[in-house]
Amino acid sequence: MNETINNIVKRIGLPRLIIGLLFLATCLTAVMIDLPFGLIVSDILRRFGMFGVLSLAMVPAIQCGTGPNFALPIGIICGILGTLIAIEFNLTSPLLGYGFISAIIISLPFAVLSGWLYGLLLNKIKGSEMLVATYTGFSIVSFMQIAWVTLPFKHPEMRWPIGIGLRVTVSLASTFGEVLNKLWGFSIGKVYFPTGLILFFLACCAVVWVYSRTKAGIEMSAAGANPKFAAASGINVDKNRIIGTILSTFLGAVGVIVYSLSFGFLQLYLAPLYMAFPAVAAVLIGGASTSKIKISHVIIGTFLFQGLLTVAMPVANELVPEGNLSEMLRVIVQNGIILYALTRIGGES
Amino acid sequence: MAEPNQTKTTQISLSTKIKRLAFDNSVPILFIIICLLGVYFSQLPAVFIVNQLLTRITRNSFLVLALVIPVIAGLGLNFGIVIGAMAGQFAILIVTHYKVAGFNGFMLSLLLSTPIAILFGILTAMLLNRTKGQEMITSMIAGFFANGVYQFILLFLVGTLIPMKNPDMILSRGIGIRNTIDLATKTGIKYALDDVLKYPFFEVLVVAAIVGIIALSINYFLKKKKGSGEVDNFKFVTLFILMALVMGTSIWVLNSNTLLKTVKLPIVTVLFITVIWVFNELIMKTKLGQDFRTIGHDMEIAKISGINVDKTRTIAMIISTVLAAWGQIIFLQNIGTLSTYGAHVQIATFSIASILLGGASVTKATSGQAIIGLILFHTLFIVSPKAGNNLFGDAQIGEFFRAFISYGVIGVALGLHAWNKRVQAMRKHLDTDAP
Repeated sequence: MNETINNIVKRIGLPRLIIGLLFLATCLTAVMIDLPFGLIVSDILRRFGMFGVLSLAMVPAIQCGTGPNFALPIGIICGILGTLIAIEFNLTSPLLGYGFISAIIISLPFAVLSGWLYGLLLNKIKGSEMLVATYTGFSIVSFMQIAWVTLPFKHPEMRWPIGIGLRVTVSLASTFGEVLNKLWGFSIGKVYFPTGLILFFLACCAVVWVYSRTKAGIEMSAAGANPKFAAASGINVDKNRIIGTILSTFLGAVGVIVYSLSFGFLQLYLAPLYMAFPAVAAVLIGGASTSKIKISHVIIGTFLFQGLLTVAMPVANELVPEGNLSEMLRVIVQNGIILYALTRIGGES
Repeated sequence: MAEPNQTKTTQISLSTKIKRLAFDNSVPILFIIICLLGVYFSQLPAVFIVNQLLTRITRNSFLVLALVIPVIAGLGLNFGIVIGAMAGQFAILIVTHYKVAGFNGFMLSLLLSTPIAILFGILTAMLLNRTKGQEMITSMIAGFFANGVYQFILLFLVGTLIPMKNPDMILSRGIGIRNTIDLATKTGIKYALDDVLKYPFFEVLVVAAIVGIIALSINYFLKKKKGSGEVDNFKFVTLFILMALVMGTSIWVLNSNTLLKTVKLPIVTVLFITVIWVFNELIMKTKLGQDFRTIGHDMEIAKISGINVDKTRTIAMIISTVLAAWGQIIFLQNIGTLSTYGAHVQIATFSIASILLGGASVTKATSGQAIIGLILFHTLFIVSPKAGNNLFGDAQIGEFFRAFISYGVIGVALGLHAWNKRVQAMRKHLDTDAP
């Protein structure tokens, strides 16, 4: 009996089990205290699509052997730059997805360049990727704060009406705000299904999945899984790590564009500072480790983590008003799961 | 970061020595230049800068000194001092609640924070002993995690599970501690330590310099008399000139009519800091200190030579955490208000950036570097908004610059360390592979 339980726990994975149960419990509480469940479900779906691509950015990074990409802010900055340029030059015709597609295209060269540079850095510091990544991300974000003040953007929707520099949040209402959410969106009762958003996320997943099945993708995974063996069989490990980093950075850029789209605002300055952590936590909850990941981990993990946070907010507010219990829950769950994953690595290096 | 080569010092010419000194201290020298530029462009009055700097140094030193021992013991930069700071804040909350005022309150909070910090230190060490090789990221994430738990305890458990009634400290709904706690009331501990004894700073400096010169000279002549060949003329002359300069400047300030004369130094706080400095130095001379050093150098060798690695690392973490807790209490008695959910959040970043600016690295740190770095970091802190304003017409840019420096310097230091580690590992690998 005990063995079967152990087996089940092992198959599902401890983090997935705990967070899944917590999610179910909060859902039940939400139903019991008569919260508008339709709205909550709509919210879960929206946030699932909103954070999905950011979590997906972890896949190439972990597959190529550089570990969870704590330097996601690099990609995020590229995405923000792409969006700003798209708006600045009014590349927002409906054909360009009101700026959505143009933002992605513009961010691509930035992401490739910075991903390549960052990949070179990562190859110099094998074994300490996570820590260096975190502080590379922090440094870039704090450096870009200076850039947001000094870059010569002119568009009135982005600048402060008085004073210098770009606004802290740029509204996307007149450009591509919520475009994907409304694309083919429909309601069942009170539940709104953001078809375009979810489809875009799943399409991204499909692209990454297909890529990992190609020769290049398999080489990359091999380089990450066992560098020595891969090198012996003629795979250029360093090159594959750089490719993985570039892919992850680009997905981060796309991720933040989708995030901003669904959120309706582009957030500058300090907002990207901690954005990598929820993404890392999500895939770890989904069952990934610091060296192994599957697309299913991304989908399950993002759904569980974001779902839990979405439901917890109204429930916590109902039970204990005037306080952000759900924010605390986020901090504890997010960092708890990362700590758990770190202890799993065990004394390597 | 090059290996200091002390055995050859006598044979090496002066110019090489100066070059070596410059190379070993390239980071502090670079930042001394940046700081001087910042001071120049900020056009702030000297009395303001000195005053601010003294306040900031006396209130932050303790926290930075808490970082030294984990570095030596091979645990890297302890981002977990945030957890120690939380222990300090718990103690301050208790003391403020029971209205133990002034110096008594201060000492009581030191006393109360110690067992809490020891417990936190043990817990952190347990975690770090399971994640060898990834200590720094673990201690950082552990700090974030602890922050969540800390908020949960203070916002939800206080007033529910932990019975407490105090309208000055509890939110109006009866549950949870307020965002800011005033320590400047009659029953608070503001300036409890700083105000015990205060002397004009420059008079103290003159006395300190004279004592220093005398001690230095006696030491020098004793060594020379013994006739041992290890008399380091260069070091002696540099120190001598430095102290003479300090004395000269101080006497000049005292005889001039500037406001600088009025700057005062909290003597007892400085004494506290000196005690910990001496403690950090002395512990390295004990068996325990040697164990720290051995483990920091090579954990495998330490294990083979019979050192209980996990236990020793735990002790290092406990010391660091306790010092951080005390440091946070000293910090807060100077600030005068406890920002319950914010006061501790940034201290790891700032303290670590400070010690790195002083020339420390992930594997090497001294108390001297901690203090020099602290001076540099806080000079930047004081002057950069004004300098940014004067140079770019916007104070924000200076502020962003200083945020960038604090993150950037940590990033660069960590990157260099990781690179170094890898190069060494490869060398070792090549050595063992060679026939």
